[in-house]
Amino acid sequence: MSAPSKPLPKPDPVTQPFWDSLKAHGIQIQKCNACGEHIFYPRGLCPHCFSSDISWEPASGKGKVYAFTIVHRQPNPAFAADMPYVVALIELDEGVRMMTNLVDVEPDPEHVKVGMPVEIVYDDVNDEITLPKWRPQA
Amino acid sequence: MESISGKTAIVGVAESDEIGKVPDKPVMMLHAEAARNALDEAGLTRNDVDGLLTAGTSVLELGEYLGIEPSYTDGTSIGGSSFVVHLAHAATAIATGRCNVCLITHGESGRSRVGMSGYPGGAQTLRGQFEAPYGMPSPVGAYAMACSRHMAEYGTTKEQLAEIAVATRKWAMLNPKAYMRDPITIDDVLNSRLISWPFNLLDCCLVTDAGGACVVTSIERAKDLRQTPVAILGVGESHDHAMISQMPSLTSFAARNSGKAAFEMAGVKHEDLDLAMIYDSFTYTVLLTLEELGFCKKGEGGDFVSGQRTAPGGPFPMNTNGGGLSYNHPGMYGMFAIIEGVRQLRHDYADQGIRQVPNCELAVVHGTGGVLSSAGTAILGRA
Repeated sequence: MSAPSKPLPKPDPVTQPFWDSLKAHGIQIQKCNACGEHIFYPRGLCPHCFSSDISWEPASGKGKVYAFTIVHRQPNPAFAADMPYVVALIELDEGVRMMTNLVDVEPDPEHVKVGMPVEIVYDDVNDEITLPKWRPQA
Repeated sequence: MESISGKTAIVGVAESDEIGKVPDKPVMMLHAEAARNALDEAGLTRNDVDGLLTAGTSVLELGEYLGIEPSYTDGTSIGGSSFVVHLAHAATAIATGRCNVCLITHGESGRSRVGMSGYPGGAQTLRGQFEAPYGMPSPVGAYAMACSRHMAEYGTTKEQLAEIAVATRKWAMLNPKAYMRDPITIDDVLNSRLISWPFNLLDCCLVTDAGGACVVTSIERAKDLRQTPVAILGVGESHDHAMISQMPSLTSFAARNSGKAAFEMAGVKHEDLDLAMIYDSFTYTVLLTLEELGFCKKGEGGDFVSGQRTAPGGPFPMNTNGGGLSYNHPGMYGMFAIIEGVRQLRHDYADQGIRQVPNCELAVVHGTGGVLSSAGTAILGRA
């Protein structure tokens, strides 16, 4: 029996540039030209000021762990082989937060810390989708 | 506009005939049993109902199943807080003349999954794109992440979280309807198996089958009915995100808004309250909610619950039915917080010793929904 497959994102017209940037291993996120705030997830209008004057900009790929959990029980069997694993919220240096998995670190609260500096790694899942994963900064 | 405070009352509350493990009853039957029981208790019939409110299930399907053709309808479905928010909407509708008798129902086959609709969320939804690929178990992983942030910012400990689970179990031991009634210790909580760090099994609510319902009408009509009326004195509702990755601050949630609104409308102070029914999906949900409602300062929730202060006989009676942690939690528990709040205010347990909160005149009932997404708060008082 083949292993069940993990859920993968299906980009939509507004989010497509984000997923394209990951595929090119050069993360980009949105910035509002009216108020100057960064925006994530990608939107058609700025949640800070309601402007639709939004552009895409390269992000630093650096950030800090804002919060995390270590998963010891997961109802979806596709993740069973990974347990325990870390799901984290990263606060990017640009100020926005994204969910991810922390990799290259022991899944243990002794090793994973809120505030820990992390950097992006590109996980090429298949020809279409690259997921942003994050690891401790060297 | 004139305040709706005190204009309406809860006149009947009930669970379904059975709760806990009910594999032979589909969701709609759990709704129906609870609805019938709550109306019976009030001394009203289905024909008196002209306002119909529910969550989780389509309100259309509910009306069809119960044979009710309402003139006021509300299907606001924002997770476990929905039913407290329905109380607010029912009170507003009745006080402004939109309808006379509101029936609010809940039913979930959380454990047995009989007649449950599936969770929505395709690969192109925002959740499908930005959370699902990372294998976060929802909702537990989301609450666990939020808790990790509170621990880092304020030094909250797993022992403090465990205090809540232990105190709540002590209340469950007094409730014959509770699903889990064996005594537990702090160490039992800390040594139960890890689910999603920092949560162990006993930090997490139950998953059960149950229905619940309540009936609301005007305070004038309530005085002629069968039960001691419980007045709706203050209500509030709010939400600030859907996905945990979009939550503005992981250590503050929409209860800060719903609580402020409810306390202001009721015109009561925290020290006036005799009972707190605080949604306990996880131990951390309670700790955070106590801070957000203003029972203690930000970051002091851990100290507030320490030393078994919320246990039977303690200075802060809380979740006196045994809560979602030990009594019953089919998925959206808010209805059961209302039911227990009403029973305490009516002094239904007057002959059951410490099960009855002494001189219970004022209670706060709080529901939390989604992943700390939504909040509904009500201040109820013995009329």
